[in-house]
Amino acid sequence: MKALAALFARELRLANRAGGGGAMGVVFFLILVTIAPFAIGPDLNLLARIGPAILWIAALLSTLLGLDRLFLSDHEDGSLDLLEMADTPLEAVVLVKCLAHWAGTGLPLVLAAPLFGLMLALDGDALWGVTASLAVGTPALTFIGAIGAALTVSLRRGGLLMAILVLPFTVPALIFGVSAASAASGGTVPFLTPFLILCALSLASMALAPFAAAAALRSGG
Amino acid sequence: MVFHQDLSLHAHELALARGGRRLAQGLSFTLKGGEALLVTGPNGAGKSTLLRVLASLLAPASGRLSLDGAGVEAPGLAAHYLGHAEALKGALTARENLEFWSEMLTMGDFGLSPDEALARVAMSHAPDLPVSYLSAGQRRRVAIARLLVAPRPLWLLDEPATALDAASQTRLAALMKDHLASGGIIVAATHADLGLPARELRLGAKP
Amino acid sequence: MLKYANPTFFLRLVAAVLPWLWAATILTLGVGLYMTFLTAPADYQQGETVRIMYIHVPAAWLSMFIYMVMTLSALGTLVWRHPLADASQQAAAPLGAGFTFICLVTGSLWGKPMWGTWWVWDARLTSVLVLFLIYLGLIALWNTIEEPLMAARASAILTLVGVVNIPIIKFSVDWWNTLHQPASVLRMGGPALHPSMLWPLLVMALGASLLFVCLHLMGVRNEILRRRLRRLSYLAAEAADHVLEPQTEAGA
Repeated sequence: MKALAALFARELRLANRAGGGGAMGVVFFLILVTIAPFAIGPDLNLLARIGPAILWIAALLSTLLGLDRLFLSDHEDGSLDLLEMADTPLEAVVLVKCLAHWAGTGLPLVLAAPLFGLMLALDGDALWGVTASLAVGTPALTFIGAIGAALTVSLRRGGLLMAILVLPFTVPALIFGVSAASAASGGTVPFLTPFLILCALSLASMALAPFAAAAALRSGG
Repeated sequence: MVFHQDLSLHAHELALARGGRRLAQGLSFTLKGGEALLVTGPNGAGKSTLLRVLASLLAPASGRLSLDGAGVEAPGLAAHYLGHAEALKGALTARENLEFWSEMLTMGDFGLSPDEALARVAMSHAPDLPVSYLSAGQRRRVAIARLLVAPRPLWLLDEPATALDAASQTRLAALMKDHLASGGIIVAATHADLGLPARELRLGAKP
Repeated sequence: MLKYANPTFFLRLVAAVLPWLWAATILTLGVGLYMTFLTAPADYQQGETVRIMYIHVPAAWLSMFIYMVMTLSALGTLVWRHPLADASQQAAAPLGAGFTFICLVTGSLWGKPMWGTWWVWDARLTSVLVLFLIYLGLIALWNTIEEPLMAARASAILTLVGVVNIPIIKFSVDWWNTLHQPASVLRMGGPALHPSMLWPLLVMALGASLLFVCLHLMGVRNEILRRRLRRLSYLAAEAADHVLEPQTEAGA
């Protein structure tokens, strides 16, 4: 347990010192939200209607962008070998690394979402809904992405392949995330239905992805 | 610090493979506490692969491997592995790196404190410098200090003397002798003379 | 059972069985196509376009079946570490992608006269599209990782991740679809299919399955031979090393 706490602290410290991964993710998020209206047009009614979808797709891409480094730097400098030799199971190591990664990159996106939602003319309910759905849904994206990151860890240019492998599996989270966000500002579906399914998706991916990712990391060495 | 007196590493008819090709086969040896084995041979003979197999990072192509007297299932869980990569984070200081690995790799009791360990490799002047500022030889010394912060009975060293100057090599030899004296086992892949009494396993005698 | 899993024995078996299997495949597909285009009746609503069904439905069925074959092979790779399972996975992925693609194209062709557009975000078609993307990801993974053992394990893990996820994706897409468009337009018979349409469908499904088995066996065979060639190349490289620079190697 102490070892995992040390790992969590190390991951956060590294994220803070090495280039500020979290801040970069938020900037990328902002850029995606900014260019969407250029493609769609500045019609506020339209933007308000599809705003939750824009925010979710932007959050999905921002999450994915930082994930390829999740295991890669540890693989390159040999840390991954030693983590495999530690007493702590590799599955737990993966879990903690993912949680730390989410705290460093996913959480800032969640916090930034209401602000960027204002730019897309979302009203109060929609802002609240999209923030809540991102808060419970982005962990699923991080954990699913971790599987792709682990599978591509030994490849020099694994970033694009990782996106190809991971994106189909994010379809459920995207569907229920956007549904929950849209349902918050009215619609035929009650907010809680998609929201609770989204929670379930996050919990299930948190429970299963560490096993898949750890298996992939072990076979990569 | 004394390791279990019945400590012994057994390899029975090990075969090594990398990328689907056989590198070596029929490797059998037994090392008791206090013994060292030097693994030598030409490039590509399987020296690093053997160390990675001993570290439980790779499965042997066939054969059996066990570490008795350490209370672990796989030898790797009681081993220190010093490979070509140093497993140090450039953004963290030497002390932070060592503190992390001492938490992660400890098998119950802690060894030297990071500062003491750094003193043993003559790096006590730089505990608070980010590792990225250190030279290759200095980084190597910090990596060697890692062996001291979390006592583990089996040391697996892949070319440990790389980038070390003469004085550091002498210090490394002294540390290795201390480890053997306290009942540990060392397996080192090397081209250089490490200055310790050891048996030799020569790999890759071509047919 | 283990005897059949020996690659050399497998190669002999394939050589003996394959001609007969091809003959059966061609015969079944020939009969199936004859029934499809000549004996099966046109639908009173959909007209002649209903004949697309006899290709579309077997392809859809195979796109799922091949994923099951890959799942079993993935277990063979991860649990028994058997080289034939690796080869089976690798040979099945492009075939799965191929049948899934046929399913998508025929679905789209069927949709044009039915819906008036080439593509409709119908729940069933969309799920198959996501399955197609998963197949493409698996193929990309195979092509990118050079070392066959590592590629096999990586793709096996991804296949198993997929098998857990595909039902969830299917459920999500169905849910999404009912949210956005209440009624699905694609009707293909349902359980009460008239025998005059059911028989051609069954024969075509059998023919397509036989076709898959033939192609899959050939793919596995090619993969085994490719690996042997790879091993020989290694030996050749080592021999060259030995002849040209024995001194430098030994002295290094």
